[in-house]
Order: sequence, then structure tokens, then C-alpha cells
Amino acid sequence: MNIFQILIEWGPYLLGGAAITLGLVASALAIGFIFGLPLALGQVYGSAPIRAIIAAYVWFFRGLPILVLLFLFYFGIFPVIGIDLPAFFVGALVLGMRGAAYQSQIFRGAIQSIPQGQMTAALSLGMTPWMAIKSIILPQSLRLSLPGWSNEYPEILTDSAVCYAIGVVELLTRTSQVVSQTYMTMPVYMAAAVMFILLNYAGMWLIQRVEQKIAIPGFGIKAV
Amino acid sequence: MASEYILRVENLHKKFGEREVLHGISFNVRKGDTKVFIGPSGTGKSTLLRCINQLTVPDSGQVWLDDDEITGCGQKISTFRQRIGMVFQNFNLFDHLTALQNVEIAPIKVLKMKPAEAGKKAMEELCRVGMQDWADHYPAELSGGQAQRVSIARALAMDPEVILFDEPTSALDPELTREVLEVMKELARGGMTMLVVTHEMGFARSVATEVIFMEGGEIVEQGPPGEILANPKHMRTREFIGKISDQ
Repeated sequence: MNIFQILIEWGPYLLGGAAITLGLVASALAIGFIFGLPLALGQVYGSAPIRAIIAAYVWFFRGLPILVLLFLFYFGIFPVIGIDLPAFFVGALVLGMRGAAYQSQIFRGAIQSIPQGQMTAALSLGMTPWMAIKSIILPQSLRLSLPGWSNEYPEILTDSAVCYAIGVVELLTRTSQVVSQTYMTMPVYMAAAVMFILLNYAGMWLIQRVEQKIAIPGFGIKAV
Repeated sequence: MASEYILRVENLHKKFGEREVLHGISFNVRKGDTKVFIGPSGTGKSTLLRCINQLTVPDSGQVWLDDDEITGCGQKISTFRQRIGMVFQNFNLFDHLTALQNVEIAPIKVLKMKPAEAGKKAMEELCRVGMQDWADHYPAELSGGQAQRVSIARALAMDPEVILFDEPTSALDPELTREVLEVMKELARGGMTMLVVTHEMGFARSVATEVIFMEGGEIVEQGPPGEILANPKHMRTREFIGKISDQ
């Protein structure tokens, strides 16, 4: 069997793996956003105990290697507390919770970079603090955070391959399966590498489009 | 009691750390008054304005809007702030919104006005400050004078009972200063109640109903502009007026 036959035969299987990887990454990014934004708000506007709890959370998830986190949750914490989740969900959850820690710091920096006068002006018009955060602070800080946030995608995409270790049948896992079936190590891994790169490129292209779409003249960091 | 005053400030004190910025300030404002606060930098004029709408919380003293006490009102403060407009030295326009959106956002979010209605109202206010042709521009695309006029329109859109102007022209060069002052004079003549912290003596002379000279956190002297600016009684007022007119 030559390379082309192998790729024709196994290509769809690998592409399926790429789709699972994409699902894993999208879920992790979404979880990271959904938890990261409130964490950032809590860290900027919260009381001292809330800030301390969030700081501990961030410290924990940024302090441990991704593989340790995956093993800890998949083989340790979840079984012990009696939660039996498929590997895919554990992978998405761990990548997502770790992403939330990183994303929270991106958002925190962006929120804190908004001049104090914006909040002052909003309050002076009779907005409540929450109204001001929602309509004035967040629309600005989310725009500002997008360039930094766009790092999260390639980061999580590449990290997602580690979920191989807990048995998530994503792109790398499927690639290894194909290699052990065909013994064509180099071409098959190359094919997987190309898929990772294409996923990466497509995602970054999309993020840049969003950046251009929401850009405001004279505001924020210019899209390249 | 029904007061003849729309705004009353009684014995306001404020310390920042050890430094006493406001040392017992009291005054009353009638509807339609334009009170101009003058005095050397760092004498608490801006702090005084910020204490009126509680952006800075005073240590003691009271502020009354009509018959309601603003000081110590807790969560209700946002309902008072709806009735007290504020214009800032650095404009503080919302950078992610167009001029029109800047003006309509508070009526929409705070007063729950319908967007179409708020848009119409916002356009009227932009016309009033001569900025109707710039409605779709973002703050970064406006000159300082234009931005400040939009921010005045933003305050007007809430139909405030009083507007506080905190050094509205200090960040502007003379030409832009003039266009903003023209708008403010127009408002004053139209019967808007205004408290203005400024160094623009020409403005004070032409529209102030009263000039208040502050120094060291106290009101040193107050009276009609003709009196205070031309013929001040106190030594400190004289010195200050002298310095300003030298320039």
C-alpha cells in the first residue's frame, strides 16, 4: 500500500478525529469564556474573600501541568466523588477550567485598562454599577481583550492532543491507531500535523475576521 | 418643607487622608441659577461637584435635591444621578459608541425609553449643541470641542434638573474653548440650572448669576459676578483675580 492509498482509506477516519478535536477545543474555549469572564469581574469588582478564592483558583489551574490536571480529574477527583464522565467531557472540562484561569487574566487586564472616567460617566448618568459594567465596561474590554484572547485558540488546540493520555479519541489518538495499523509512521503523522495546522489557520482566520468586524475607529488595538 | 431652592448643600466636609479638601461648604441654588466656582487649583472645587452627586462620598454634611436628601441615600443614588447631569474635563465619552449612541444610551438603559424615541431625543440634543452632522462618528474621530459638546448633549438627554460642569474647557485650546462656552452660555440663557467649575472669567462675567470664590476647601467670598470679579472684598480673592487677569 502506498501513501495515497492509505490516506484515501484512512483519511475520513483522521478527519473525523480532527472534527472531535475541534469539538473538544470549541467546548474548552466556551467553558473557559463562560467561567473566565465572571472570574475576571469577581477579581476586579469583588470583595476581598471573593478575590482570594479566584486567585487560588487561577493559581491552581495555572500552576499544574495539563497532564497532571487531566489525570487528577479523570482518575482521581471525578471517580472519588462518584462522577462518571466520558473522557471527552473530562478533557473538555479540564481544558476549559484551565482556560478559564488564563482567560480570566486576559479579561481582568482589559477591564482594568479601561479609564476610570468611563465608569464615572456611566454612574453620573444614573446607571447602576452593574448596568455600567454591562453596557460600557464589557463592550470595550472584550474588544480590547480579543487580540490577547486569540492566543487561547492555538494554545488549547495544541494542548488538546494531551487528552490522548486519558483516552479521548481525538485526532492524535486516531493518528496513532492508524500508524499501528499501517506502520506508515511518517506520512500519517505528517497528515495529522497538516490537519492541526489547518485547524489552527482556520481558527485564527475566523478570529481575525471577528476582530475586524467589531473594530471601532480609533479605539483599541489595531488588527494587523 | 417646600424649598425655594432646587439644590442645597449644607456644611460639606471631605478629607483625603490627612488633607481636608472640603471644610464646611454650604450654598443654595435656585432654579435657573448659573453658579460659577473659581479659585486656585486643589481647593476642592472638583471634589465639591463630585460630592453633590456622590461620585465622591463626603465625610459629613448634606446635599438636598428639591426636598430629597441625596447624602446617605444608599442604592437610591442612581435615581438622583439621573436628575443631575455631569460634564467632565476629559469628556469621558463612551469610546465604543458613536456620538448619537453616547447620547441615547442612558435614556435607553436608565429611563427604559424606546430606542426609536431615544434616538429622536438624542438627535435633538445633538442639534442643540450643533453636533447633528457628527452623529455617526466615534469619539476618537472628534476634536476636543466637538467631544465636549457631545458630552453636554449626553447630559441634556436625561433632562436633568441641574448640570455640573467640572472644568469643561480646561483640556481645550482657546478656539475649541469658545465653541463649548457658546453652548454653555446658550444653556444658561435658556434657564438651565448649572454649577460650573472653570477658570473662564469671561463666561462667569457674562452668564453667572453668582460667582463663588473658593480657597483651602472653604468659600471665601460669593456674590454677583460684577461684584466679585470687579470689586472683590477679600484679600485672597483680589490676589486670585489679579493673577488670572494678568494672563
